[in-house]
Amino acid sequence: MKKLLIALLFTFVTTSAYAGGHSPCGVTDGSIKILANEFTTYRIFMDEVKSCAGPDADFSVTHSVDHNKLQVAALSANPAEFSAKLVTNGSITTLMNDNLIRPLDDLVAKYGSALQDNQKIVIDGKIYAVAFMANAQHLWYRESILNDLGIAVPSTYEEVIAAAEKIKASGKMANPYAGAFKSGWNLGQEFVNMYLGHGGDFFKAGTAEVSVNNAKGVAALNMLKRLTEVSNPDFLTQDTNAVKEEWESGNVALMHIWNSGAASLLDDEGDQAIKADTRLAPSPSVGGGSKPATTLWWDGFGIATNTSDENAEASFRALLGAATSTEMANANPNATIWLIDGYSPGDTAGPVVDAANRGATPYPSLPYMSLLHGALSTELVEFLQGNESAEKALADVEAAYVAKATEQGFL
Amino acid sequence: MPHRTFFWFFFPSGLAMLLFIGLPIISSFFQSLHIEPEQILMEVEKCDPFGCKTETKVDIEATTKLQEEQPLGRFNGLGTYGDRNHLAFDEIKEAWTNSSSIAEFTDILLNLPFYKALLFTLTFCFAVTPPVVVLGFIVALSVNTITKSLKGPTIFGVILPMIVTPLIGSLVLFWMIDAKGILGSFIQFLFDDPNLSLKSSSQLTWITLIIYGIWHNTPFAFVVFYAALQTVPQDPIEAAIIDGASRYERVRHIVIPHLYPVATFIILICLMDNFRVLEPIIGFAAEGVAQSLSWMIYNDLRSENKMLFGSAGATSMLTIIGVAILLTPVLIRTWREFRTER
Repeated sequence: MKKLLIALLFTFVTTSAYAGGHSPCGVTDGSIKILANEFTTYRIFMDEVKSCAGPDADFSVTHSVDHNKLQVAALSANPAEFSAKLVTNGSITTLMNDNLIRPLDDLVAKYGSALQDNQKIVIDGKIYAVAFMANAQHLWYRESILNDLGIAVPSTYEEVIAAAEKIKASGKMANPYAGAFKSGWNLGQEFVNMYLGHGGDFFKAGTAEVSVNNAKGVAALNMLKRLTEVSNPDFLTQDTNAVKEEWESGNVALMHIWNSGAASLLDDEGDQAIKADTRLAPSPSVGGGSKPATTLWWDGFGIATNTSDENAEASFRALLGAATSTEMANANPNATIWLIDGYSPGDTAGPVVDAANRGATPYPSLPYMSLLHGALSTELVEFLQGNESAEKALADVEAAYVAKATEQGFL
Repeated sequence: MPHRTFFWFFFPSGLAMLLFIGLPIISSFFQSLHIEPEQILMEVEKCDPFGCKTETKVDIEATTKLQEEQPLGRFNGLGTYGDRNHLAFDEIKEAWTNSSSIAEFTDILLNLPFYKALLFTLTFCFAVTPPVVVLGFIVALSVNTITKSLKGPTIFGVILPMIVTPLIGSLVLFWMIDAKGILGSFIQFLFDDPNLSLKSSSQLTWITLIIYGIWHNTPFAFVVFYAALQTVPQDPIEAAIIDGASRYERVRHIVIPHLYPVATFIILICLMDNFRVLEPIIGFAAEGVAQSLSWMIYNDLRSENKMLFGSAGATSMLTIIGVAILLTPVLIRTWREFRTER
């Protein structure tokens, strides 16, 4: 009798969950293939997507740090290799340029009642993506090391360098600072942060004409150079994941990486003494400016244009289920800043909120920004190795950008 | 072999070559003459979690229409070949008139992406190929003399570097030469310099890549030499032994002349392979300091933005021309030998 009661209750609960007819989870038709970046928060999110899709769904996800390089080729094919892509304000423009992601208004109308308005990425009146988290790079420090040496938490990059030099001089660490300087996208991003921190503009207003070879660009490069001098000599090969490993090995006392790094740095794996000593701080400003030298990011998902409506709906449902899962957000409050309704932020959210309050700019969503980012990725290396002047490096960046933008038809 | 038989024998592979190599090359060439159609931009309102603002975006409808009218893109002639990312004619002309010394001109030249990549590609080619031939020959000679029971395992051990996928092989080495890796710390210990890092200086990275190239290519030379060694006629060797020739003299005067055509073949293949070096650059994360022509193509097709087909096509064509120029002396030599043998 008791069993029957439970069974009845169970049926009742499940039917009521479906009573609306538009619950996103429990996908049975269509296949879900997702391309995503590789870091712990995305893993947490994808676990939720998978459980929302349910055991009967044809589900697969590809995590790759090279997702940005794969996305255009993979989504241009018809039918596309992936039915959905996790996008950010950086990568969405590239997909928008080629019409590779579809408007989601009808799907949002059908399933998206639990979405908050600020989760909807609306471009020219149509919803093209659904955001689920906000992210930014900011400072991290080891409290005990700073305390031992009587160093206050740095609030400018000039103080970061002074602190790093003091730690170096004390003999505690050989290379106390770390940032993701890996030649490629990461290095470009470091410059973007620093240049915006100096108050620079990448393009002449309203045009695709680049302008980074100026006093602010030179100042930004010189600051990066000084930071690399207190970093591991292998800095040009270290991406965010490598920097996190350095941190967990106790080789670094100051670093500037993503807020979402908390998901793996503050988990129960690794050296717990280092974890207990890890503190988050606002992103420093630079060169006397008031803005923090960082950019604001949202992460969300888009659905491929070149996939069948059935697959698109299946993918949308599963991803939406996770992007509205208050439960997931509150079970992992420190994994990132979720944009999900009902989420109460954890204690790691501070630096991102602080960056937004102090006027940090979102990463520029311009159609030609990724071309400039690409040029920055390759042309700054020689300067950081000391083989080239800052002016020369920036002139190279501009020339490389112009050649690419001309071929792409922007100039 | 009668010509007719040869034709039918060769026909299937010839057809496959035409379909899978010839036609793609022609299509890359056509693509390299075109650039993307003009992008039509428009101002739209964008809203995201950080607020709403007016921003520029590509007018998809208008641009798609342009694309449909010109699926190959705008015709640009040889413009892509001459732009800064390829042969950079304008930049070179300017550098030639403005620079006061040859050294300054070379500096400017080698700062241009194509020439920078060409310099590394050629250095890699010519630094890797000779040691590969010499080492491959020495290893083949040594393996040929050991007892039969040990031969199998030894050969397996020797060709292991070739069996290991280049990307995996370079990644394994990449971690070993890390400042904290076993080889990296050993080198630091050896030179008593805690800041020495193979990855941080361009010269050391180049040397690492070249050593990796030699390590990876030697087994190929070994396999070919080892097979050829089995065909060395025993009669002249026995005669030489009776005449009292030392082991060195036998190798110098009988084995080496016999293996000469094989060595030419190995040099040919090695030069061709090494001219297309790509995987070690990716594996060693050396893009910053060492770029090859193949890497440029890879980068054009996997950049963060739309794939730059025109640019990649142009670099591909230039690579093919480069390989052809590189192989000409060896091919002429082979042709002459072929004529004299007849």
